[in-house]
Amino acid sequence: MVDVVGYRREIPGTQPAHLFPDYKSTVKRAPGKPLIQIPHTLTEVTGPLFGHNKLGPNDADLTKQCAGAPIGERMILSGRVLDGDGKPVPNTLVELWQCNSAGKYHHPVDTHDAPVDPNFTGAGRALTNDKGEYRFVTIRPGEYPWGNHYNAWRPAHIHLSLFGPSYLTRLVTQMYFPGDPLLPLDPIFNCIPDEAARNRLICNFDIETTIPQTALGYKFDIVLRGRAATPMVD
Amino acid sequence: MTKLVPTGSQTVGPYLHVGLTWLTTQDIAGTAGGRRIRVTGKLVDGDGAVVPDAIVEVWQANPMGKYAHPEDKQDKPLDDAFKGWGRCPTDKDGMFEFTTLKPGPVPGPGNSLQAPHLAITIFMRGQLKHLYTRMYFADEAENANDPVLNLVEDRARRDTLIAKKDGEGRYRWDIVLQGKNETVFLDC
Ligand SMILES: [Fe+2]
Repeated sequence: MVDVVGYRREIPGTQPAHLFPDYKSTVKRAPGKPLIQIPHTLTEVTGPLFGHNKLGPNDADLTKQCAGAPIGERMILSGRVLDGDGKPVPNTLVELWQCNSAGKYHHPVDTHDAPVDPNFTGAGRALTNDKGEYRFVTIRPGEYPWGNHYNAWRPAHIHLSLFGPSYLTRLVTQMYFPGDPLLPLDPIFNCIPDEAARNRLICNFDIETTIPQTALGYKFDIVLRGRAATPMVD
Repeated sequence: MTKLVPTGSQTVGPYLHVGLTWLTTQDIAGTAGGRRIRVTGKLVDGDGAVVPDAIVEVWQANPMGKYAHPEDKQDKPLDDAFKGWGRCPTDKDGMFEFTTLKPGPVPGPGNSLQAPHLAITIFMRGQLKHLYTRMYFADEAENANDPVLNLVEDRARRDTLIAKKDGEGRYRWDIVLQGKNETVFLDC
């Protein structure tokens, strides 16, 4: 017999529903039948762990991945990855992707009439350190139009993907910028009913991590799903 | 202790490949010893249209039924070459494919044993949070006693979690997002 300490279930309102018709693509892609709740077993409380061997030297600096410097406003994005009890999550993989400063992705399905920046891949990854901290150097992304509804524009955002310690701590989210006038109009941002939870997707400007003459600093802490109880330590 | 609310999930959107395909891992078996199996499937939406812009991830135990993770304390051997994780973007026909080793049974709640299975995570545009499901193998008698499969009372729905044998060492498992043959998705 193997005793397993599970994870806490979702707090109502703090996560999106699968179906959110304001975001039209959910209509044909969200499950139509109720999900089946399962107990947490050894399968769910374990998960993939990635090490430094996966990372290249400029993976966390998107301004240094190409021959020249990308166009746009440099920024430092840093923060901590925390578990549900506020403890840092060390050595965990953070994947990042975004459009360039003109609002264009380095991707074949992006048909937006905006220039590709040959010096910007828009992709990065980093491992948190032993204090759960991550840090990226990048370019502030532009806003871009999309086809969801008439005159629809995505607020500036950065996509982030995290693993954490288990299959249940997997998280993909988007980080937004303070004061963006497009936020109240964006169905993706507004899919989270709880206002406080929604606003935690907005990063904070941070003068401490701003580098003089070089780059503005923004802070964004990410909280992964928490444990139902503390697992036994050997 | 203060409990923090987990960060809200957001869709990967249509440009997920920019950030995620660098770690595409269709060959989960890698250099590990053992007989390979191939799992192939098609992902379709509520209209039966193929989904060409999804990413499917796999998490599984090794053939002995042990996970490459410190919380698996079972006294069973680990092979350093087998990590048990895979990632595959669907292609223009909605297809995904993995080569791996068949997992062994792993402990379930109480004294139960779980039949061999892959834990699946699915990401795509049009999903605000990822989907969880599982894939079992049609040629495993233990499916009948599996504590998770048995939570699905409708027999036909239960079968959506079971990959069909499709030749020697080959399995076929399609994922249907909505409708009559909708795959069972799990609230984990
Ligand atoms: Fe985006």
